[in-house]
Amino acid sequence: MRHAAAVPGRFSIRQMIARLTPDRWGAATTAVALFVATPLIAVASIALTPAPDIWRHLYDTVLFGYIERTLILIAGLGLGTFVLGTGTAWLVTMCRFPGRGLFNWALVLPLAVPTYILAFVFTDQLEYAGNLQVALREIFGWRNRQDYWFPEIRSMGGAITVMTLVLYPYVYLLARAAFLEQSVCVLEVSRTLGKNAWQCFWQVALPLARPAIVVGMTLAMMEALNDFGTVDFFGVKTFTAGIYDVWLNMDNISGAAQLASVLMIFVVVLVVLERMARRGQRYHHTSSKIQALPSYQLRGWRAGLAVAFCALPVLLGFVLPASVLTSYALTFFDVTLKANYLTITLNSILLSASAAVAAVAIGLVLAYGLRMGEGPLPRAAVRFASIGYAVPGAVLAIGVIVPMAALDNTIDHFSERVFGISTGLLLSGTVVAILYGYLTRFLALSFGTVEAGLGKVSRNMDGAARTLGASPLRAMSRIHFPLIRTSLLTAGLLVFVDCMKELPITIILRPFGYDTLATFVFQYASDELFEESALGALTIVAAGLIPVVILALTTLRSRPGHGAAAGGNIGGRA
Amino acid sequence: MSAPNDGKPSGPESRADGLHMINVSHAFDDHQVVRGVSVFVEPGELVCLLGPSGCGKTTLLRLAAGLEELQVGRITMGDDVVADGQGGPQLPPEKRNVGLMFQDFALFPHLTVFENIVFGLNDRDKTRREWARETLSTMGLADYADAFPHVLSGGQQQRVALLRALAPAPRVLLLDEPFSGLDVNRRAQIRQDTFQILTDLGIATLMVTHDPEEAMFMADRILVMQDGRIVQSGQPVDIYFHPETAFVAELFGPVNRLECRIENGMLTSPLGRHPAPEGIAAGAPLELLIRPEALNLAPLPAGGAAEEETLLTVLSARSLGRSTHLTLHLDDGAGGTMLNARMPGVFLPEIGTRVTARVAPENLLVFAKQDA
Repeated sequence: MRHAAAVPGRFSIRQMIARLTPDRWGAATTAVALFVATPLIAVASIALTPAPDIWRHLYDTVLFGYIERTLILIAGLGLGTFVLGTGTAWLVTMCRFPGRGLFNWALVLPLAVPTYILAFVFTDQLEYAGNLQVALREIFGWRNRQDYWFPEIRSMGGAITVMTLVLYPYVYLLARAAFLEQSVCVLEVSRTLGKNAWQCFWQVALPLARPAIVVGMTLAMMEALNDFGTVDFFGVKTFTAGIYDVWLNMDNISGAAQLASVLMIFVVVLVVLERMARRGQRYHHTSSKIQALPSYQLRGWRAGLAVAFCALPVLLGFVLPASVLTSYALTFFDVTLKANYLTITLNSILLSASAAVAAVAIGLVLAYGLRMGEGPLPRAAVRFASIGYAVPGAVLAIGVIVPMAALDNTIDHFSERVFGISTGLLLSGTVVAILYGYLTRFLALSFGTVEAGLGKVSRNMDGAARTLGASPLRAMSRIHFPLIRTSLLTAGLLVFVDCMKELPITIILRPFGYDTLATFVFQYASDELFEESALGALTIVAAGLIPVVILALTTLRSRPGHGAAAGGNIGGRA
Repeated sequence: MSAPNDGKPSGPESRADGLHMINVSHAFDDHQVVRGVSVFVEPGELVCLLGPSGCGKTTLLRLAAGLEELQVGRITMGDDVVADGQGGPQLPPEKRNVGLMFQDFALFPHLTVFENIVFGLNDRDKTRREWARETLSTMGLADYADAFPHVLSGGQQQRVALLRALAPAPRVLLLDEPFSGLDVNRRAQIRQDTFQILTDLGIATLMVTHDPEEAMFMADRILVMQDGRIVQSGQPVDIYFHPETAFVAELFGPVNRLECRIENGMLTSPLGRHPAPEGIAAGAPLELLIRPEALNLAPLPAGGAAEEETLLTVLSARSLGRSTHLTLHLDDGAGGTMLNARMPGVFLPEIGTRVTARVAPENLLVFAKQDA
């Protein structure tokens, strides 16, 4: 085999050249990914640029306060979402008690309520002039503050409570899925080894579900870091509030950028935690045998406790805000309508729809590009670009404005020199900036959904289509597109709803005098006019319900081996 | 877009294109999976690439289809070069007019059975559409034409996939483990049907499998692959009865391995002395391979064993219905050896009793010993 012996040397040169010159798909994928990731790169480069005087100032004044409060917030939130999310998930998957079927899906509902809206509702109800305290004063005959003690809702504790109540569903959903996927065998084995239900939970089920729970907690914490409305409204000075304050109130964008870079350390830690947990998840299936889950029948006071534990978050996180908003909306809808509600709603819808279309289109290009072109470079670029979901909106806003202002200035200087005309700021103060921010933040959502959809289309189908005479483009339009249409719709919907709720990016980057529902509600609530904007808040919650309903209909319905459609790996059109 | 069968005769009967893969080598990164292999499939011939997983057989198939870019070598179909590893043309898969059937069938789940089959056809190609309709009927699938693939059984899916690959009248048919996705009971029948269809069409077919029985049933010629090389090629009976290496012999199932040596033209082993097979170099360390089914057992006659027979002690005997599996102890004077035997029908001697074994000379497979 002399021929074969000569081969390896030729291969390695060929491969070196192939590696250095990525194919067209790879090059396009990398370019698009880098475009989306530009704000992230901008923040990273700011973080790596030394700025000693700013640091000295931040260090002397606010830095440690921000770090301390941010740590307390995410620690409290982590504990709260763990207890609520894991506890409710265990109860609805493993125990039988009245209302279990209802709680099974109702526990997801609070996800529809943005943190800041729950903050406004809680404040409205629990402050001195709120319904609860008024009622207490009437019942007990107290006359003023001095007669009784009541917790202050606009506080760190209030912020943790509010965020826990709407973010625990992340943990609930993932822990629930993990409990359902767990092989019954391991639980049965532990029962035969003499453990009671409680010990099974702590010693077997919980450790097995730990990676999923950690993923849920880190996602909730990322949302908490992103939140601006709640902490600003409650006066809890965390990093996000600080960035906003330093930038818009002190007009110090470099200071804000430096704060953003410190916040990124928190983000990186969370992302690393999440990725590690996800990796752990894959190896936790010890046995693939799945049977009907054992159900511990709860009776008497135990059943009562279970019902109360599951009802509490649903009532406080969804029923209360939904009913309060509905009643205010009914009373004050004419005021809201007069305050340009229709224009503002249209703004929100147009902006969110544009962002959804752009995010899905780019997500599709990236997912398809990775499928067509191999190579580590495009893959790394896409991974980097899809980290935006973890980056707080305030940080992304900085990442958008810095390169965009630079581009504007370049164009302005060029035009001034060549044509003698100053173009001013073409992009920075426009909705394009907001769109860019949305795109970077929500790309992971659309990319992940599209990639998962494409992943279900076996590569052999590509091969079959190609050998039957279809070009890559025809294969995409005839095979891939029809098969992933649902994924594309889902991706678009998810991005749309998240944009409808989005506050921090919008409030920082919006053009003067431009409002979305989120900024409108935030503005009114800050001006103590929350009731008058209730219709707007209700609209946001209603939009937020769409994906929650979809979630309830799809992911909650099936469980491996239970009610899954028969018909093997091909799957039907339905 | 040009239809894949533009300018070609429309009937599969007139195919006269062979597939030639010449001196093909292929590597994934630094991992060499195909090393200088040549495969020739003539019109009307069914050639089977047989080997364990990872031996490079599927890569060869994908290279022929154009799903992998050819790195070294040349591939021709009929008179056309479809891929040239020396910087020549590399036709994309859609221009090669090959039919490829995957192990998982890869039916398009969002298209009906008929839409799947005519996927590769030009809309104007009435003749081929008619052919597809008719063949669907003869296969007994006419009622499913408008059904979606997931309602079909595995065997029906296999037939649809085969029909889809054949519909554009390909010059060459490529089959990747065509029967391994099917359950065992249906496999034999489907294999038979497929064989009939391919024989009738007379199309050059290259098939990949790791199942020797499948290869023997289907193939005119078998190419046995090991580590990216072809280690033996020939007709199915040759591969089975005249394996050139121990690897080829063992493809067909576990074998008994015995020490042996050749002296004065005689093969000496624990089974006794036999005339040595030709072409074996004396002196080199040798081993003797005996297939379980090559041990011809009989109860010990009252008069004792004949000279060419070996005495064995029965350790276990289990009837498998069609055949009986036995484990036997051979006393070779050095601690003994365990042998496995498979006898047709029912042969259930008492455990601990002695039986005689006789091996036909052509079943003595002697190879130079491979160092482990």
